[in-house]
Amino acid sequence: MVMHKMTDGEIILRVEDIHKCYGETEVLKGVSFDVRRGETKVFIGPSGTGKSTLLRCINQLTIPDSGSIWLNDEEVTHAGPLINHFRQKIGMVFQNFNLFDHLTAIGNVEIALIRVKGMSKADARKKALEELGQVGLLDKANAYPAELSGGQAQRLSIARALAMDPEVILFDEPTSSLDPELTREVLEVMKRLARAGMTMLVVTHEMGFALSVANEILFMEHGKIVEKGSPSEIQTSPTFARTRMFLGTFQDD
Amino acid sequence: MSILSPAIVESLPYLLSGVFTTLGLVILALGLGLVMGIPMALIQVYGPAPLQYCVRTYIWIFRGLPILVLLFLFYFGIFPLLAPDIAAFWIAAVVLGFRTAAYQSEIFRGAILSISEGQMLAARSLGMSRFYAIRTVILPQALRRALPGWTNEYPILLTDSSVCYAIGVAELLTRGNQIVARIGDPMTVYVIVAILFILLNYGGQWIFGRIENRYKIPGYGHGDA
Amino acid sequence: MIDLQFDFAILLPPLYQGALMTFALILVSAPFGFLNGIGIALGRTYGNWLVSRLCHGYVLFFKGCPLLLLLFIIYFGLPSLGITFTAFTSAVIGFILCNGAYNSEYIRGGIQSVSSGQMTAALSLGMSRVQAIRSIILPQALRKSLPGLSNEFIYLIKYSSLAYMITVVEITGAGNIIAAKYFAFFEIFILIGIFYLALVTVAGRVIASIEKKIAIPGFGGV
Ligand SMILES: Nc1ncnc2c1ncn2[C@@H]1O[C@H](COP(=O)(O)OP(=O)(O)OP(=O)(O)O)[C@@H](O)[C@H]1O
Ligand SMILES: [Mg+2]
Repeated sequence: MVMHKMTDGEIILRVEDIHKCYGETEVLKGVSFDVRRGETKVFIGPSGTGKSTLLRCINQLTIPDSGSIWLNDEEVTHAGPLINHFRQKIGMVFQNFNLFDHLTAIGNVEIALIRVKGMSKADARKKALEELGQVGLLDKANAYPAELSGGQAQRLSIARALAMDPEVILFDEPTSSLDPELTREVLEVMKRLARAGMTMLVVTHEMGFALSVANEILFMEHGKIVEKGSPSEIQTSPTFARTRMFLGTFQDD
Repeated sequence: MSILSPAIVESLPYLLSGVFTTLGLVILALGLGLVMGIPMALIQVYGPAPLQYCVRTYIWIFRGLPILVLLFLFYFGIFPLLAPDIAAFWIAAVVLGFRTAAYQSEIFRGAILSISEGQMLAARSLGMSRFYAIRTVILPQALRRALPGWTNEYPILLTDSSVCYAIGVAELLTRGNQIVARIGDPMTVYVIVAILFILLNYGGQWIFGRIENRYKIPGYGHGDA
Repeated sequence: MIDLQFDFAILLPPLYQGALMTFALILVSAPFGFLNGIGIALGRTYGNWLVSRLCHGYVLFFKGCPLLLLLFIIYFGLPSLGITFTAFTSAVIGFILCNGAYNSEYIRGGIQSVSSGQMTAALSLGMSRVQAIRSIILPQALRKSLPGLSNEFIYLIKYSSLAYMITVVEITGAGNIIAAKYFAFFEIFILIGIFYLALVTVAGRVIASIEKKIAIPGFGGV
């Protein structure tokens, strides 16, 4: 059942000693890890431990207090206006989709291709249709976000991120606002992406997904990575047992 | 203040007494609008169809016509036939009142419609007549909800009252113009008039805000009726 | 009082000229009032401390100062400072300044009602803030503020009559002049009333049908 990818790709993303405070509370207390090309890392941990903050620091939607982020040996932190260039290469998928409500499905995928990448309308359309096909939404190309189910909406937001040809995609609890059936269709898409060699950082409570797809699972608690390892290593650890317990209440795999 | 010429300083009392004329217009109009607006709203919600139609037509006309046209129509057209000797001030107050009545009745109508049907059912189930239920249960709630929208008529009336200049009512702007005609220096005079209007505007809104707060009821939000 | 046979051959040409002037005032002022509203709203929402304060002050002033007084200031006041505009230009400037202040309030409300996630998502795709505002935030904000903006457009139609007070002979002015000449205020102001009612009603219908045409699922609450 478990079918892990090879992870001997070169390191494309380095996260070094990230600290972040909100007022008095230190939300991230020095987080470091490397990400290899093609790897899927899954972050697990109780609510409020800084998982979202960590992801947002990676593409600088939140500016960390200290530490640095490197993408292909280029520094993402302190990039100034160049940050827009890095963000194109670091896709993001949100818990509540954040689709552009005034644009159709295909419009959502096209807009950044046209405005940011400067593609022609025709090229953008072609590319957008490809991506919609990837996530099984060709028949919804002209639907507006309000007309999509949660699962369709999240698949669309994955297509939107994919269209930018990112080097890595950050998923922040992509299925947490979906009911189980819709969760499955989104996880399917994510699994396929992982197998196709996309580099992914995923915050999720879906243990089944983590165990079957991740190359590495990282446990976060109180702003720190407290334990990490491959799924097989992690299954024998006490942290895993503890996590199982806290996830057990709302997760059954 | 040294930047004000003696001529302007001398005319200030005359200008300032225009504040009373302006406020007089606004307050009379607000009152007339209230007295007309509530029954009109009730007719629109509960009244018989022909009356509803009349009220809707009234609203359509008084909301659709520019204030200047209404003033001309009443001052030159209607009042000379009805009451030729009446002062322009009263005509202006009536026109402003008729107009705000149209807007106010829409505000009250919205507020009445926002009261849930359960309120009427509950009142009727206690044996109240329809009329009595409207008076003691529906209206008190609706009026509270209408308060923010209603007080919003104040700045509208205040700025509109300046148009009464067109029929020679001696309100602030008219007096300002008279002073300009006498001593010149339009910019200074107009700036003073503008300051007075702005003070009246936001000062008045502040007072209405206090009143709204006083009559706020827990659970009534900020009456987005 | 003379027994007035409505002589349309005499009455209509000046009224027609006045109507054209009314249309000119509205059609020139409305687009700039719209742009002005966008500018002020953006300045208030996204400007730095100073810009935001200035834009707020702008709104407070132009909403607090009666439009008629504003027209007097521009047409009769500014020349004393050496700035002179024609009556038509003065009226249009006044309408743009005032209309923009009111429009900006609706647009600002629209901007604020766009969820912050929209900006986050736009940035995450590599858009700059300016790009995000232009292609994501504003299109949504304008849709949400459309009912308010339509209202202000209707107000603009009605308040265009104030231009007559600074000698622009639009339809109210034309009516007033011939009414005085033929001593037929009642009849002529009925005609003018019908003109405005028709204009306002038709404009309302047109706006409603435009709103319907550009309606987007999920923006129904407007
Ligand atoms: N913009 C902010 N301002 C202040 N505090 C914040 C902000 N964003 C997050 N926090 C705080 O930082 C802490 C970590 O938040 P974060 O969203 O990163 O946690 P999380 O691990 O993603 O939790 P969850 O599982 O609930 O999503 C929380 O205590 C949160 O209240
Ligand atoms: Mg989170």
